[in-house]
Amino acid sequence: MDKTVKNLAIGLLVLMILTPLGLLAVGETFGEWSNEEIKEKLGFVPPGLEGLSNLWNAPLPDYALPGSEESMTLSAVAYILSAVIGVVLCAGLLYVIGKKVAKD
Amino acid sequence: MHIPDGYLGPYTYIAMWIIMIPIWYYAGKKLGSELKSRQVPLLALAAAFSFVIMMFNIPIPGGSTGHAVGAAIVGIVLGPWAGVIAISVALVLQALMFGDGGITAIAANCFNMAVIMPFSGYYLYKIVSGSSPIASPRRIAGAAIAGYISLVLAAASTGFMFGIQPLLHQSPEGIPLYMPYGLNVALPAMLLEHIIGFGILEALVTGLIFTYIQKTDSSLLYAQKSARSDRNSGKSVSA
Repeated sequence: MDKTVKNLAIGLLVLMILTPLGLLAVGETFGEWSNEEIKEKLGFVPPGLEGLSNLWNAPLPDYALPGSEESMTLSAVAYILSAVIGVVLCAGLLYVIGKKVAKD
Repeated sequence: MHIPDGYLGPYTYIAMWIIMIPIWYYAGKKLGSELKSRQVPLLALAAAFSFVIMMFNIPIPGGSTGHAVGAAIVGIVLGPWAGVIAISVALVLQALMFGDGGITAIAANCFNMAVIMPFSGYYLYKIVSGSSPIASPRRIAGAAIAGYISLVLAAASTGFMFGIQPLLHQSPEGIPLYMPYGLNVALPAMLLEHIIGFGILEALVTGLIFTYIQKTDSSLLYAQKSARSDRNSGKSVSA
């Protein structure tokens, strides 16, 4: 592997360890409210939105494990674990596809 | 910027799937014809990096939180079509595994973050850089500006998709069925927080990574590669 790419990979490792910093930001994100938050804002949940909102049950919703939100440490561990899963799957998938299609 | 399920009505999310499927198909073909073995680790790294950078939520004044995407630097380094693939993989995984972004909205989210960003990022970088030498600081400025504007454009597109929902889908009594806020609210809200907040982070991330690659191994850069093969072959690269 090129030296620069290797150093970038090390940089990514450092970022993965630091991801729990991303949990410190509290607040809402425009257009990503839960049904309860919408109800608070409008007094009702738009019916189409309500119907679609529970379409999919992700295995690790919000980068958390069941019950991990109760403590800061557990949240941080779950968040780093999510980063590891994300990195392994993203990089693994593209590495395999890349090797298959790459020239020379 | 990850639109959840339920915020876009069927007209919008189905239209976005119809738009994205040929884009993904073409991007896949492009990848097959352009990707060199040497770039494969960088491509894998790019998707992983984008996944991780989106986990860094930052607060901005006004109580909102958001993040950078890292898609402009990926477009600049690997080229816009490889950027489409790398960022799409990260976004699909976020939706399926972590419920970040809706399943119905995968195509819409990919259009905003995995198409608009690497393309606008790559071309803005090229425009600002002009014919300056590869080591020129002007290129760092180009990368940072590309990061900033590309994220703002993606936010504008997201705000637009949100904002047209009350126009497209209302009950006979005038109750909005999906995203309840129209263009007058959604567009300025999305634009403002990315202009004053997250765009600056994207500019920083893009500029820093670009500077590192520029200083250590500029041969990794996509634009550098195509320029070099232009010279070597004496004709334009057509792929």
